[in-house]
Amino acid sequence: MEGIIGYGAYIPRNRIKVEEIAKVWGTDAPSYKRGLMLEEKSVPSPDQDTITMSVEASKNALKRAKIDPADIGAVYIGSESHPYAVKPSGTVVAEALGATPEAHTADFEFACKAGTESMFVALNLVKAGVIKFGMGVGADTSQGAPGDALEYSAAAGAAAFIFGRDKIVAKIVDTYAYMTDTPDFWRREYQYYPQHGGRFTGEPAYFKHVTGAARGIMQNNDMKPEDFDYVIFHQPNGKFPLRVGKMLGFKKEQIEPGWLVNKLGNTYSGSSPLGLAATLDIAKPGDMVLIVSYGSGAGSDAFIFKVTDHIEEVRNLAPLTRDLLDKNKNYLEYGEYAKFRRKIRKAD
Amino acid sequence: MSTPSRYWREIPQRYRLEANKCNRCELTFFPPRLLCPECKNRKLEKSKLTEKGKVITYTIIRVPPAQFSDQAPYAVGIIELEDGVRLTGQIVDCAFEDIKIGMKVKLEFRKLFEEGHAGILCYGYKFVPHGE
Repeated sequence: MEGIIGYGAYIPRNRIKVEEIAKVWGTDAPSYKRGLMLEEKSVPSPDQDTITMSVEASKNALKRAKIDPADIGAVYIGSESHPYAVKPSGTVVAEALGATPEAHTADFEFACKAGTESMFVALNLVKAGVIKFGMGVGADTSQGAPGDALEYSAAAGAAAFIFGRDKIVAKIVDTYAYMTDTPDFWRREYQYYPQHGGRFTGEPAYFKHVTGAARGIMQNNDMKPEDFDYVIFHQPNGKFPLRVGKMLGFKKEQIEPGWLVNKLGNTYSGSSPLGLAATLDIAKPGDMVLIVSYGSGAGSDAFIFKVTDHIEEVRNLAPLTRDLLDKNKNYLEYGEYAKFRRKIRKAD
Repeated sequence: MSTPSRYWREIPQRYRLEANKCNRCELTFFPPRLLCPECKNRKLEKSKLTEKGKVITYTIIRVPPAQFSDQAPYAVGIIELEDGVRLTGQIVDCAFEDIKIGMKVKLEFRKLFEEGHAGILCYGYKFVPHGE
């Protein structure tokens, strides 16, 4: 039996409210809040990036897994904001954990789907018997261009999952992947901010792939929405995951524990993995959990997990995701936010 | 400005707080040493420092070295870890007026500085308030 043996989250403590961004660009905050169902988003400090947040989330996962980090055979980091263009994030993370030198590492990129890709590969290497323990991390310090709609949502956070065969917290029932070539969101080489297709990111992109993956995995396992206790969808804004849930026949109560986006923003590769971490924080033994990610470009990964009795023993060994989200916040003004995100720079 | 090789040499300490301990007089050294300065014992064991401690003293740096110029003003403190070892490090995620001597802190992995616009990124530990 394979599955998650440890999981951990990390969310920076800085926040900026939708009103603060809207004030600068002269937009109507209430309509953004209503339209996108967003209130505020997390912002990394200048000394935080995908690598530092991945290390913190991974350490939290290790606290729950209680394994020797030297036994981890694979460290995979999924992000669209790897700090280096050339040089892996994974080597720094693995070194900080003490997982080197006998480990495989790779950095994954697939817009917001990179986190679940890293989980998909780490988990399936454990299933194949190639490695004893594998770790998949989803982390991003995503950027939205000043004044663009993305600026209200692009946030920062990380979640890490360690997979193994013993002392499992959530058993893997099945995985599924669904993807096509759909250019709904992209960032070219040397460009600082991404571009997107506006409304094209909706029906032919997010909704097609998320419903495709969710229906595919449910059909393969002869399951229906009511067979699940919880479901987590990728959360580019508050509205999309609730709407796709309704389209598929899920109830709001199944979605809400992992729906963090209204207070967190879109953490890109960290988005659905953080939703899964928050859901495991409250899940009971025997609960069935479906997670469906989405990455522009475009595709979705889906996983079905069954929570085990072991969850009760490990849950409180590391910070709970909702505590990281709701406690110890530091609200920024737009000027500080612009400095933190390097939208403005000090003269040399 | 450091070079990649110097940064690389310090990775075990900067990333993992690797220290060593004299198995005769039980003193812990950070960074690790080749022999115990107390009893000259060369048989030192590898150990790892704890990641929680308290602020012994601190100051606010307003005129920083060149590679920290973007970060000033910032707080630097001497932190005594739970195993008694004292380290110097930045105290972040905390307003200056909230930093207190005796305050509990924990270690977090952060970017220490960047070597200009094109050089390596240097990571290591900093300290953040620990509310428990």
